[in-house]
Amino acid sequence: MLDFSILTENLDMYLLGFKNTILSSLIALVASLILGILVAIMRIAPIKPLNWLGTAYVEFIRNIPLLIITFFFFLGLKLSGLYAGTLALTIYTSSFIAEAIRAGILSVPKGQMEAARSSGLSYGQAMRLVILPQAVKIVIPPLGNQFINLVKNSSILAVVAGLDLMYHGDLISSRTFVVFDVYIFVAAFYLILTIPLSIGVGYLEKRLAKSN
Amino acid sequence: MDFAGAYSADNLAFLLEGFWVTLKVAFISIILSFIIGGIIGIIRYAKVPVLSQLLALIVETVRNLPLLLIIFFTYFALPEIRIKLEIIPAAIVALTIFESAMLSEVIRSGLKSIDKGQMEAARSSGLSYTQALIHIILPQALRRMVPPIVSQFISLLKDTSLAVVISLPELTHHGQIIYGQSQKFLIPILILVALMYFVVNYSLSLVAQRLELKRT
Repeated sequence: MLDFSILTENLDMYLLGFKNTILSSLIALVASLILGILVAIMRIAPIKPLNWLGTAYVEFIRNIPLLIITFFFFLGLKLSGLYAGTLALTIYTSSFIAEAIRAGILSVPKGQMEAARSSGLSYGQAMRLVILPQAVKIVIPPLGNQFINLVKNSSILAVVAGLDLMYHGDLISSRTFVVFDVYIFVAAFYLILTIPLSIGVGYLEKRLAKSN
Repeated sequence: MDFAGAYSADNLAFLLEGFWVTLKVAFISIILSFIIGGIIGIIRYAKVPVLSQLLALIVETVRNLPLLLIIFFTYFALPEIRIKLEIIPAAIVALTIFESAMLSEVIRSGLKSIDKGQMEAARSSGLSYTQALIHIILPQALRRMVPPIVSQFISLLKDTSLAVVISLPELTHHGQIIYGQSQKFLIPILILVALMYFVVNYSLSLVAQRLELKRT
């Protein structure tokens, strides 16, 4: 049976790690959303060199492990674990977000842009007023999935002593000499975050499928 | 930064040796995950009572946990309940647990994407449910599943790097050992290791893209 005294006696440490995991995930979410939108714009803007740059960024970052990016910031630039991890999460997630946004924009039929342009809107206006509002609906469920991945991936902080939930689990287990129970509670804390998110994304996907 | 020293013949051979372990572990794990995920996906598609609800619960739990936690747990926590695995088997077991849950969803949604009329037509031409599943639904669904399975394999190749926490002698770990010798090797080795992952994963992603285009 699980020893709940491990949870109650180390609750402050669990909660501190939990707080840092949430904080790091939220900061990385906002930052990667901004960066992802910028990269997506680079990829679809009608300027060739920007397209290449955006594509190179997305393809390179998506195809290397998050851990390597984290090591680059932690060991190469000597940032603290929390900063290095959050920054790496931002960079890594932004490439997936850029792809999701690009796919969403491209899924809006071409005729929409042509109609908007021929009724006198500029490219920027047509994008902002006609294409993006339609794309947002399509993009939200994949963005939700990226956020779930982000929360799970934030455990990478533990590898660079990033003070997150996993790291505090490590501390608690080296203090209590218990591993199994300590990590069952760590898992429970992650599930508190990710399960409601998954249910929310599933619900949005279903609603979206219906409205189409 | 010492590129020449970092890229000595010995170091390159050592990195390749690590990459071989990465590929081997990822390949064995994806095969096992395909089998286990396939069984789970089919049971859930067929809505076998009780079993499919139970599997849904397990799949959702595993999918929503960090893989790092599962790797850590498999190697460090299971010995407390007398399940002691060596490093390589522990890595394969952990990756397989995580990836089976992911692939079961890929397989289930692949099966669900086949038009209902196919099953109905097969059943009304006299096939049993199992026969219809094996001869009509699965062959069509499998073709659709190939691109997402290749994407999962790319994720798996990247995720294998997480097994550095249990010292699996794969590419990232071998990189760590080399730059552990000298700070001057750090950046050159990180760049090379990143490029090695990139070349293989990017090629695979091109294959997945081509397969997807062929389908549509």
